[in-house]
Amino acid sequence: MRTPLTIRFLTSMPRSGWLALAIFALVAWVAVPMAHLMLPESSPFFVSAYTVTLMGKILCYAVVAVAMDLIWGYAGILSLGHGLFFALGGYAFGMYLMRQIGTDGSYGVNLPDFMVFLDWKELPWFWVGSDSFIWALVLVVAVPGLLAFIFGYFAFRSRIKGVYFSIITQALTYAAMLLFFRNETGFGGNNGFTDFKRILGYDITSAEMRLILFGLSAALLMFVLLLGRYLVTSKFGRVLAAIRDAESRVMFIGYQPLWYKLFIWTLSAVLCALAGALYVPQVGIINPSEMSAANSIEIAIWVAVGGRGTLIGPVIGAFIVNLAKSYFTVEFPEYWLFFLGFLFIGVTLFLPDGVVGLWRKLFHKEIGRAEDVSAPTPPPKSSPPPEPAVQSASIDAKGAAA
Amino acid sequence: MRSLISGALLSLCFLFGSAHAALDPAVLQGFASDDFGERLAVIGKLGQIGDDDARRVLEALENDSLAIGGGKVLIYDGEKAIDAASGVALDAVPDDIETLTVNNRMRTAIEAAKAGMALFSADTAVRLAAATRLRDSVNPVTLPLLEKALSGERDGAVRKVLALAVARGNLGSDDVAKRLAAATTLADSGDPAVLALLEPRLDGTSEPDATVRAAVSDAIKSIERRLAIADAIGTVFTGLSLGSILLLAALGLAITYGVMGVINMAHGELLMVGAYATYVIQGLFQKYLPGMVDGYLLAAIPVSFIVAALVGVLMERTVIRFLYGRPLESLLATWGLSLVLIQAARTIFGPQNVQVDNPSWMSGGIALLGDTVLPWNRIVIIGFAAFVLVLIWLLMQKTRLGMFVRAVTQNRSMAGCVGVPTARVDTMAFALGAGVAGLGGCALSQIANVGPAMGQGYIVDAFMVVVVGGVGQLAGAVWAAMGLGLIAKFLEGWTGAVVAKIAVLVFIIIFIQKRPQGLFALKGRFVES
Repeated sequence: MRTPLTIRFLTSMPRSGWLALAIFALVAWVAVPMAHLMLPESSPFFVSAYTVTLMGKILCYAVVAVAMDLIWGYAGILSLGHGLFFALGGYAFGMYLMRQIGTDGSYGVNLPDFMVFLDWKELPWFWVGSDSFIWALVLVVAVPGLLAFIFGYFAFRSRIKGVYFSIITQALTYAAMLLFFRNETGFGGNNGFTDFKRILGYDITSAEMRLILFGLSAALLMFVLLLGRYLVTSKFGRVLAAIRDAESRVMFIGYQPLWYKLFIWTLSAVLCALAGALYVPQVGIINPSEMSAANSIEIAIWVAVGGRGTLIGPVIGAFIVNLAKSYFTVEFPEYWLFFLGFLFIGVTLFLPDGVVGLWRKLFHKEIGRAEDVSAPTPPPKSSPPPEPAVQSASIDAKGAAA
Repeated sequence: MRSLISGALLSLCFLFGSAHAALDPAVLQGFASDDFGERLAVIGKLGQIGDDDARRVLEALENDSLAIGGGKVLIYDGEKAIDAASGVALDAVPDDIETLTVNNRMRTAIEAAKAGMALFSADTAVRLAAATRLRDSVNPVTLPLLEKALSGERDGAVRKVLALAVARGNLGSDDVAKRLAAATTLADSGDPAVLALLEPRLDGTSEPDATVRAAVSDAIKSIERRLAIADAIGTVFTGLSLGSILLLAALGLAITYGVMGVINMAHGELLMVGAYATYVIQGLFQKYLPGMVDGYLLAAIPVSFIVAALVGVLMERTVIRFLYGRPLESLLATWGLSLVLIQAARTIFGPQNVQVDNPSWMSGGIALLGDTVLPWNRIVIIGFAAFVLVLIWLLMQKTRLGMFVRAVTQNRSMAGCVGVPTARVDTMAFALGAGVAGLGGCALSQIANVGPAMGQGYIVDAFMVVVVGGVGQLAGAVWAAMGLGLIAKFLEGWTGAVVAKIAVLVFIIIFIQKRPQGLFALKGRFVES
């Protein structure tokens, strides 16, 4: 068992998985930038700015979905608070972006516009250092991480689980949303942050910056997939799955579930925050509605659509739901909620294991050969195969708790 | 009563001479003067005359249609002129006609004069309103009027108001005895404005007499105490009212969650269904029974219950039934149901909020001291919540269905073993929970906006109530709802509404850590899965 970490890491995924990842990296880092910058607009392979931004956005969502899956699919904890961590990451980086506007705001003062509007003369204490890029990155990780750690410590210590946990995470998110809606909180109230101009002095609207952000989102997704893969195939991942399936038994054997849950919960929150920090400069706005209950629940449906307890499932789910969303909201805005609503119902009733589960059921493929798990998603897919150990997680397969 | 009124009328006639004789032109001539003081004096005199002619002249003056022409005071509406004194129409409009300009002081004087007239009206309500209006702006002109009214007034409520008004006026009197009496009388007031009036009188320069100062200080203390009590009552009342709203929103959830362990995220939308049912009933009444519009709410109560219950049965039969024992999945599926219901409401009724009016008998309120008013619609809601609670309690404790529901809540498989049709009980219980949510929606339609997304605002609160109260416990839900309502309103007093709400949520999160089972846990030994 004393295999070096690097080897363990490399062998956590079969060769085909690495190949898929390499193809994905090639597409995201080479093909898309070239198609965006070099091809003429008339070319059929031209990738428009809209598409790059949309894909970048969905890549961020995919990261959130994988983070959600780590906690829900592998630890059986349904969080309705991931929208909060996502938004906190976005806000933390948004503070930096607001400071980068400098004196180009509508009032020409070196203060964010909304502070001028509130007649504040100087930055409040929690904005100190917000003009430093490094400090912004620290905040992005530290604030949501700390909040998740403290909240999780107390919640898991009191052995709050299942629906109760879901509801109090929802309460937490709701409280935070109310807090951020206040102007006096110092984060722009209703309107949040917008009108960003620069990152590190470079124009945020330039094609190069767009591609860099897109590439970083792709990199983050690959990193999260690899990390997730490593975690769930490790001993840690097995204990986690055991806690999910029979927490009391795990405790009786002598494990302390608190620290396992707390680690994966905090990690999941931090990953969400990183995705949020990448999301904000691409979309150009962050406001408290990101913390609404609906957003957090929608994250859960991405995971459920793709397939809980698999790592590629959430990515597929995020792409399916969000592409459908951008299609519906343009073509038939009034039917989007119907579609989403019936998706929620249909998936929980008929597809408990999501698209990945459906694929397995239909084709009875040998596990490990399923790289071409194809979903109707045009962008390049990184498809590490579904992991062998995972017996498609239906958390309460033991039957009615009655 | 009738003889009393006619007696009052009779005495009025004696006071002011015969009522229907024309006005004395000499009185009105003051209007022709350029001196505003003289004009004010005329207004005062008209107020004392107080008959219909005087009122007509005052109203004309107020509407900028009193004019001077040909040496007479005329009421001129732009086409023909009427002699203000005699009420006779003139054959021709004089060439030199000129409308009187009315400045703000004159307007105030007109107001006071009209209110003075109302003070001697035969209608008690009119007298009370006039006295209340004058109380807030006593001046040397109105003071004698008020004193006279006080001496002739028989109605207790009006007397009280008049006494306060007179006392206010006398506070600045030169007579020490009068000031002392005024200060003592004012101690009975509950008006913050009186407080502001009294406070400057505490120092020696404005009030030379020490005994009066002491009386003033006593009066201030007494008023402050009374205001504090009124304020506390008001806060408790709004707290209870918020608690009742929370309770109505949560009761249905307490049933469905308690019995079936199903997290119904569409519960808020069942409230919305109830509210829209009320809206539809209101529309039907307006269209077909316009004479009975005020009664629409009574018809809406059973209808909202039935409509929401039917929607609930549909939800249970088609979706939720398949998800028993999988709480997290039922959470997602019911969220999907809620989205569908929201969009359905949008498609049917449009995305805007719809207007649901309070019946006329629910408007207004009981005025306490100071600014504290207990609105009728809130009182009705508190009563309604109590009514629904009693209804559910009876249903749960006294009927066979209630017994089955309780049995299934306690031990589903055991209940099944002894022959309780658990599947049917589930459907019935879900229908009941949904129906109660419909009732809640009907109540909410009276105090909150009715729109497609209205339910989303209540779902978190409703869950908090259920979770704090303890699952499957009606008593727990009641205590939790009232407690949370009161805490929120008391915090609101010093932190503002949003911070109070955040504080309550944080409090709940901490509370759950300490008592994961809620306030009232089911007794017994349970093994966690």
